Amino acid sequence: MARVETTKKACAVNPLKMSQPIGGALAFMGVQGCMPLLHGSQGCTSFGLVLFVRHFKEAIPLQTTAMSEVATVLGGLENVEEAIVNIAKRAKPEVIGICSTGVTETKGDDVDGYIQLIRQRHPELDHMGIVYVSTPDFKDAFQDGWEKTVAKLIEAFVPKSEAAAPRAPQRVNVLPGCHLTPGDIDELRDIIEAFGLEPAFLPDLSGSLDGHLPEDFTPTTLGGTSRETMAAMGSAAWTIAVGEQMRLAATTLEQRAGVPFVLFDRLTGLAPNDELVAFLSRISGRPVPLKLKRQRGQLVDAMLDGHFHFGGKNVAVGAEPDLLYAIGSWLTEMGAHLQAAITTTQSPVLEKLEIEEVLIGDLEDLEMRAKGADLLMTHSHGRQASERLGVPLFRLGLPNFDRLGAGHELTVGYRGTRSLIFTVGNMFIAQAHEPDPDTWRRSDEDVHHFGGEAERELVQLTPMA
Amino acid sequence: MSSVAAKIQDVFNEPGCDKNKGKSEKERKKGCTKQLAPGAAAGGCAFDGAKIALQPITDVAHLVHGPIACEGNSWDNRGAKTSGSSLYRTGFTTDISETDVVFGGEKRLYKSIKEIIDKYNPPAVFVYQTCVPAMIGDDIDAVCKAASKKFDKPVIPINSPGFVGPKNLGNKLAGEAILDHVIGTEEPEYTTPYDINIIGEYNLAGELWQVKPLLDELGIRILSCISGDAKYKEVAYSHRAKASMMVCSKAMINVARKMEERYDIPFFEGSFYGIGDMSDSLREIARLLIERGAPEELKDRTEALIAREEARAWARIAPYKERLTGKKVLLITGGVKSWSVVAALQEAGMELVGTSVKKSTKEDKERIKELMGQDAHMIDDMTPREMFKMLRDAQADIMLSGGRSQFIALKAKMPWLDINQERHHAYAGYEGMVELVHEIDKALSNPVWEQVRRPPPWQEKTWEERANEAIAAEAAALAADPVKAEAARREKRVCKCHNVNVGQIEDAIRDSKPTSVDAIGEATHAGTGCGGCRDTLETMLEAANASGAVPASLAA
Repeated sequence: MARVETTKKACAVNPLKMSQPIGGALAFMGVQGCMPLLHGSQGCTSFGLVLFVRHFKEAIPLQTTAMSEVATVLGGLENVEEAIVNIAKRAKPEVIGICSTGVTETKGDDVDGYIQLIRQRHPELDHMGIVYVSTPDFKDAFQDGWEKTVAKLIEAFVPKSEAAAPRAPQRVNVLPGCHLTPGDIDELRDIIEAFGLEPAFLPDLSGSLDGHLPEDFTPTTLGGTSRETMAAMGSAAWTIAVGEQMRLAATTLEQRAGVPFVLFDRLTGLAPNDELVAFLSRISGRPVPLKLKRQRGQLVDAMLDGHFHFGGKNVAVGAEPDLLYAIGSWLTEMGAHLQAAITTTQSPVLEKLEIEEVLIGDLEDLEMRAKGADLLMTHSHGRQASERLGVPLFRLGLPNFDRLGAGHELTVGYRGTRSLIFTVGNMFIAQAHEPDPDTWRRSDEDVHHFGGEAERELVQLTPMA
Repeated sequence: MSSVAAKIQDVFNEPGCDKNKGKSEKERKKGCTKQLAPGAAAGGCAFDGAKIALQPITDVAHLVHGPIACEGNSWDNRGAKTSGSSLYRTGFTTDISETDVVFGGEKRLYKSIKEIIDKYNPPAVFVYQTCVPAMIGDDIDAVCKAASKKFDKPVIPINSPGFVGPKNLGNKLAGEAILDHVIGTEEPEYTTPYDINIIGEYNLAGELWQVKPLLDELGIRILSCISGDAKYKEVAYSHRAKASMMVCSKAMINVARKMEERYDIPFFEGSFYGIGDMSDSLREIARLLIERGAPEELKDRTEALIAREEARAWARIAPYKERLTGKKVLLITGGVKSWSVVAALQEAGMELVGTSVKKSTKEDKERIKELMGQDAHMIDDMTPREMFKMLRDAQADIMLSGGRSQFIALKAKMPWLDINQERHHAYAGYEGMVELVHEIDKALSNPVWEQVRRPPPWQEKTWEERANEAIAAEAAALAADPVKAEAARREKRVCKCHNVNVGQIEDAIRDSKPTSVDAIGEATHAGTGCGGCRDTLETMLEAANASGAVPASLAA
């Protein structure tokens, strides 16, 4: 049971947190034919763009309403309209996803009202979806922007229907939190399909940001959840939400279309995956496939092999709530000790962590609490702290800009947990110190000496014949 | 904000800037209110520009006053290197909350400054203003002044909120801030006749250190580099230099010019990119120093060093010739740096495609600059198929461009080399050019290209074949339908900054009969952004005037 505290500092030093609007924009990137648009000054977009390009190593669709100072003061109707018209003309998207920023929220732009007006003025754009999410920079964090955007997408594209409406028993909606990588989504798809079920992911970064070589590009997203898929989500049999942050979206979908949901607050570790697999077996009416039974066996074996290296290790973790909870719980289950836990925003899962205090803070807080730890786990910005502390860094979460393969890092499923055990376990093994003659020697001050050194006599030996 | 507005006017009136001089009075005035095209814009904001310009000062705490987006999404993401303190890589931000927006963020800012001084005790704190606190009226000048007095330490306000304009405006506003508050506030321990400033060099990937050994050898001291690998005090006493070099980009021309005006420090505009440019820069430095009283013999020593270094560089590039001769390079960048590498590429036997330049005379360079400036914009919204078509038509073997087009180039399975700000390799000076040729050779000779281009055995038609077919089909469709072809021709964008197409410009020429490119700009905004399309506009205007009237084909 952890206590959740917020840092008392006025100044954030080495931020862990990233802003809400770009969390929202990333969710839009998991929608097919979408152009995310930040309503703010062009820097808001350019920073987000660079961040995602460096993380995914992909071209990123992200536009800006390019608010100038004057436009900001006068209100952004013209800019929003011009942006929508320009994007519609140049990129021909199926959906434009708009997130507000700090500037336009401070002014109090009524973007919903703007969109109504723009709809009236531009009937030629009727076929195009326009979704708006309010995501001020000065509130909440990246994860919150993702959460709100997914809920908005459901409101926009899933038609209302009765709970008693006919449902396709084989169809399952999956609402992944922003802590799941494109690789994680592929893994979940594999697991769910193994039961003959048809999963529909929203958002689906595995289609858009998994690093495939497309035959052709549109300037918008390519791959991701299509509007048809979203429209059909209301008639699925179940919704699986992954991460506490997806509760809002899952509830929204349940209220709109009566789709019951089950929420897995994490899918890292043996027990939560057993629950998932048992659930899938139950709703599909099929036995657990051999493939998954073997994967489970491999994970159990990895836990046995790995526990020697995890036991008693001290780990300092900095991540957004759902990722922190998934990784922190798994570390504890492997016998490691959470030395520090820093996060970005409030969440009910935080108090479930096995640590005295979880701090909503920054990487300076993490660095101060990570002295003497065996491992640091946070995003790439932890590299400076890692260097200063001499503690190795496992790059966890976004952004990961100084290593390859961020989009394919796995933390979910039996296989994902297994590979995590091997990667992290190997980092512990790599640090093992070779003993030398002085390893166990105590320093003179600590030891009461009984003499011996002084009375030692040198005996001259004569060579033996 | 009135002081910021005045500063912006001042910066827009910069007499040292050629581009600015080329603008009409009215256009210059418009500078600060000029609208970027919503939904079609790219690039950083003024805050970004200010941070780029000053963050390389290594021992300063750079504090960003704003919501988390401004610093949280972007900190420690540039490659400026340090030989000393690494405090500049620490991200400091007030991370203002909703409460601050309602009640004002000045208190939090003041407390933040105090915390930083207590914990890190830097020689100075730079406070960057951003949009939200600027809107709610946080007076950072007043807070900085109070904090400076209270803590007896320079606390410098950098007034460059994002929404006042683009990145390059931010560069200049940052320059104004150090002119107002930093330069001339301290004195060096001693001076020499060989003291120079280098202005506008950020030591990305350590490029300054490719040049510094040569200056050291000549006994020339970099009194202050603004701002690569600089210490606060070095910038503060930079007014004691004998001469300045302003590194090619015009980012900080106002600093160079005002230091000339205020402190009699003459400057020249030069570049460390390219063998010829490097030599020219060394000569200019020597010339200015001698003018300012350094002994004449510096000239001969400089020439001797140049001869030695050039010979060595060419000799090191020569071995690559065998493999690189005849290879075609497509050079695309918005920066002004790349044209200076042309000579080195040519020396290594490579050909440049996309331009008709043989050897780089000054005029040719200007031409390349224009051409590349335009294409850099274009490439941002290219699809891989269009990219493929461009590379096919140009028959290029490798593309050199900025980072944003990287993944499009790579997806088109095209060897690619990064020559923009985020690059990891240093390409300055004689060393840098050899490195560049080496990198191109590495990229071109890598065996992956052959493998990744090979289609899977089960695929009947390759990606390229299908792209070729699609391109041919589109061309055929247009040829068959003159109305559509005309529409497509008129749709072609000329001004990328303001999203103005051929049709709009032709209509304007027909309707309002403009007599100059500026007049076209007044009517359509075309050519008033980066200026990259002004040549095209000129040509269109000439064509229209030559024919006496707008051709019938365009009147439709």
